[in-house]
Amino acid sequence: MMRVELVRRSQHSALFSAVSPLIALAITALIGAIMFAALGKSPVAALHAYFIEPLTEIWSIHELLIKATPLILIAVGLSICFLSNNWNIGAEGQFVMGAIAGSVLPVLYPGLTGPLVLPVMLVMGLAGGAAWATIPAFLKARFGTNEILSSLMLVYVAQLFLDWLVRGPWRNPEGFNFPETRSFHADAILPEMFSASGRAHYGFVFAILAALVVWFVLSRTLKGYEIRVLGESPRAGRFAGFSARRMVFFAFIVSGALAGLAGIVEVSGAIGQLRPTISPGYGFTAIIVAFLGRLNPLGIVAAGLILALSYLGGEAAQISLGVSDKVANVFQGVLLFSVLAADTLIRYRVRIVRPAPARLEPAQ
Amino acid sequence: MKTDVSQSAAPPPLLAVDGLTKSFGTLKANDAVDFDIVEGEIHALLGENGAGKSTLVKMLFGSLSPDAGRILWRGRPVKIAEPSTARKLGIGMVFQHFSLFDSLTVAENIALSLEAGTPLSTVADEARRLGEAYGLTLNPHAMAGDLSVGERQRVEIIRCLLQEPSLIILDEPTSVLTPQEAERLFETLETLKGEGKAILYISHRLEEVKRMCDRATVLRHGQVVAHCDPRAETAASLAAMMVGAEVEAVRRSPADHEAAGRSRTAVLCVSALDQKPLGPFSTALRGIQLEVHAGEVFGIAGVAGNGQSELFEALSGEQLQHDPDAVIIDGTPAGRLGPNGRRRLGAAFAPEERFGHAAVAAMPLTDNILLSRHASDASAYLSGGRFAVLRHSALGRTLGRVVKAMDVRKSGENPDAATLSGGNLQKLILGREFDRQPVVFVVNQPTWGVDAGAAARIRQTLLDAANAGAGALVISQDLDELLEICDRIAVIADGEMSEPLDARTVTREQLGLLMGGAEPEKHHGVAA
Amino acid sequence: MSPEIIQAIVLTTATAATPLLIAALGELVVERSGVLNLGVEGMMIIGAVTGFGAAQLFGSPWMGVFAAIVCGALFSLLFAFLTLSLATNQVATGLSLTLLGLGVAGMAGEQFVGLPGIKLQPIAVPGLSELPVIGPLLFAQDPIFYMSILLAIGVWWFIFRTRAGLTLRAVGDNHGSAHALGINVLRMRYLAVMFGGACAGLAGAHLSLVYTPQWVENMTAGRGWIALALVVFASWLPWRVVVGAYLFGAVTIAQFHAQAQGVAIPSQFLSALPYLATIVVLVLISSNRRMTMRNTPASLGKPFVPER
Repeated sequence: MMRVELVRRSQHSALFSAVSPLIALAITALIGAIMFAALGKSPVAALHAYFIEPLTEIWSIHELLIKATPLILIAVGLSICFLSNNWNIGAEGQFVMGAIAGSVLPVLYPGLTGPLVLPVMLVMGLAGGAAWATIPAFLKARFGTNEILSSLMLVYVAQLFLDWLVRGPWRNPEGFNFPETRSFHADAILPEMFSASGRAHYGFVFAILAALVVWFVLSRTLKGYEIRVLGESPRAGRFAGFSARRMVFFAFIVSGALAGLAGIVEVSGAIGQLRPTISPGYGFTAIIVAFLGRLNPLGIVAAGLILALSYLGGEAAQISLGVSDKVANVFQGVLLFSVLAADTLIRYRVRIVRPAPARLEPAQ
Repeated sequence: MKTDVSQSAAPPPLLAVDGLTKSFGTLKANDAVDFDIVEGEIHALLGENGAGKSTLVKMLFGSLSPDAGRILWRGRPVKIAEPSTARKLGIGMVFQHFSLFDSLTVAENIALSLEAGTPLSTVADEARRLGEAYGLTLNPHAMAGDLSVGERQRVEIIRCLLQEPSLIILDEPTSVLTPQEAERLFETLETLKGEGKAILYISHRLEEVKRMCDRATVLRHGQVVAHCDPRAETAASLAAMMVGAEVEAVRRSPADHEAAGRSRTAVLCVSALDQKPLGPFSTALRGIQLEVHAGEVFGIAGVAGNGQSELFEALSGEQLQHDPDAVIIDGTPAGRLGPNGRRRLGAAFAPEERFGHAAVAAMPLTDNILLSRHASDASAYLSGGRFAVLRHSALGRTLGRVVKAMDVRKSGENPDAATLSGGNLQKLILGREFDRQPVVFVVNQPTWGVDAGAAARIRQTLLDAANAGAGALVISQDLDELLEICDRIAVIADGEMSEPLDARTVTREQLGLLMGGAEPEKHHGVAA
Repeated sequence: MSPEIIQAIVLTTATAATPLLIAALGELVVERSGVLNLGVEGMMIIGAVTGFGAAQLFGSPWMGVFAAIVCGALFSLLFAFLTLSLATNQVATGLSLTLLGLGVAGMAGEQFVGLPGIKLQPIAVPGLSELPVIGPLLFAQDPIFYMSILLAIGVWWFIFRTRAGLTLRAVGDNHGSAHALGINVLRMRYLAVMFGGACAGLAGAHLSLVYTPQWVENMTAGRGWIALALVVFASWLPWRVVVGAYLFGAVTIAQFHAQAQGVAIPSQFLSALPYLATIVVLVLISSNRRMTMRNTPASLGKPFVPER
């Protein structure tokens, strides 16, 4: 039986740091091709539908930016969490709560209009996501409660809360009993950037700004240094006088706020009202984006565009090839696996060996 | 195979090693090592940290496989692919570190290294019987994590003896014991030797080796530099073989000692310091009282696990005190201040663990310089006001200064801390703190696991700091080190500290009794 | 409430508790070996979909059970290969196992949506099932219920009474020492992870063959995560997993019955109860830090790369 052996490199490989995302993409494409072949589809046509077709038309590129916006916003926040060793995997719930908080004005006070409505909505979205993320942060800092499980449980709670709102108190009174809120009025809609050619809204600009700011903080400032030190070694961080407890709050609040912003931007820019389901799992896909971007905000922009492409490709392939759009989720899962596996090459040399029989050998 | 066992006059040695070689990357950890050991012999394996002793032993015990060379057991070449093979041959091992399972009982720990199928109840009885026979008492149902260091070693030895080995390997067995505990270990070893067992004794403590061992093999940089009779050598000549050159002993000069004795300026004053245990296997501190004067080196001796790291964290501000006056640094109450508040008062700290406490392995050296200095030297390393932008050029200059002052050997301009050897990283860490010219310098186990050259440099740095007017507090398990460089020495045992004693007049036996003060079976008859 | 309703609640509690119990017991063994597999949800849904599919294909729910166990174990191999052979981050890899599992199951299950399921029928133990009260409760349940009880006893016996179980605990406590003693750390962990996968698969099969015998996308609905929380709640002791699983089963069933009775609380709030209960339980258990720290496998979540 063959066995994989790892030999630790004395220093991280700069070469593999750069190419490991590309290796991961190549592995994913290969597995995808095999999968399509197994489904009886032409791998070339399928990969073309997934990764090329959505880029051939201008409206489709608009859609790409719309899909990439929440992924980038959330993943940028998650990079702070993951770098500081805070495992916030409840971004999906923070996204939902941001969307709900941000929608209070246009849903409950549709009479309020004017240029201030949208900024207030965005701030409330930020606050809603941050507040929801504060719960697992508080539980972790105060009681040592596992944040992975608590933040994830809160996703289900947030989704059920949204479900209750749109079927109950926030249901559109003129909506024929459909489970949705009234449509937002014009002042509550995030404007489109180039409305002549497509629907892409200014949310993408927020995403790029967020990525730039977080990139600067992480790579150039003492705060970024604090984040990395506490993530690498909490004990060394304490020796440096940094507080791991305060970092829990900082990381969760920033990432929760960005997820909340993503939520209200999605609702205000792309959907225009609240519905029982407002996300195809952006909060979870953003985890993949964060790792594919190697937890570097600039890398995350690129990774967000790639993952957005897989969503669009899923829709395109469903139309042109008749394969389920759920294949996109499989792609995303395979991609994250490949990223993690490829990252091993950065820290280790990988050898494949045939182990020697482990027994006492007499003299020849 | 030409060797014919029956024709040779004397029986072949129990174990012989021939040209054993092992490399890790470009480093040759063992380079054509050879030696042999016969029954009824205590054979010393001498060498500095990093000389290749552990690598050699791991190959003998099957934890590592050699790249080249042969191992002969009773004259027959054997291949030891895994520890169970070694055990079947009759090789037993008493590890130095990391070999007991804290959450398992003593009996379970022992059962794990026996043949499968031995019932746990039998193991417990057998362990008790064997313990009594060799004067090593232990409770088979105690949790390993609750045992003292000495008790843990007893478990290791009994675990090893239960396998009825012909060869016992002991890795630095006395480094964690009080002198009195070590004495009892030597008696056990003499008994075992009398029974005809061979003992491979790994140590860098030359006096013990001279006393106990029949032959010695000296390793340096992975190569055998000498086979000798340790009784015919002096400690100095053995040291010279290990290090390759005479290492000058760093000693406190009598004049400096006199001067320190006259100093009355307290730079660090600790009074009535109490602290609850920090975790399940942590020690409480009780009524700690001490005063470090300017120009003085104050030592704290003690067996590992008696509250040293807890005391360090209380002093560094990683653990705060309720009373601001419990810790006074250079005249200012600091009990409520965190590490950076205390650093701003002129204190500097160097903890025991280098990776993951004093330094971050996966970060470059400049980032590691910043670790303890971002607050006390904020104006030098940060710009942009509240944005606190890092000034990499200033950090680079400091790194250059520290590297030069402490002779840190590194590969490349600014490599990750992980690439430095233990000794070089420790020099960097102490240099980082010394570079600030602190008023008081607290260090925990400054030369643990460090080669002799680096250790000498580090000790000299501490003396230089004292001569420059700082007070140095040195927490160490190494009595020789403390006796060489300290002016006064106190002992910490079970979280309580003794009165300080004059390092010129105190004896090892006195210190040893104080260090053992917390051992449960020695409560009677110990008067400090 | 009438006695019939109370008996129905108790009966269905066992049904709701069984998948949690099985998945949590599997994860307990995994974590005892020092590995944290957050992919329980993913392995469970793979079990649910393959169990349903195989039952349809062969017309036998038993084939479904078998397929779910095998596929759960095989699926966990992916995680094992990455975290053990390639030393990847266990948290991230576990998450990706969940995401991949949900994706694969969603795709594979599309053809099953709306199909009538094949239910694994209860087995009444002759005689015993006629006993009052405990008869129907303990001796007229579905076969997977019996398996879950045997599994709980078996896992306890294995961990605390066998040599292999001792080795498992040693590996989880200190992989460095275990390696030095000659224990094959990675092999032990591979086996533990696959056992966890098999259990999660079986738990998934219970969902699609017993609990609600049909295929619904995302039908695990966070149960894998609750199982993970149960292991923490139980501080890695099997008998406490049983208590925890039944507590959660009771909460789930109580809220179903409350919904059915038309309690004047919105159904969404009742549905959120198990998730909120999980958080509350986690907080209670983690605030007792001394006990938690003593029982946590010391090398949990830390990658192990043997030097050679």
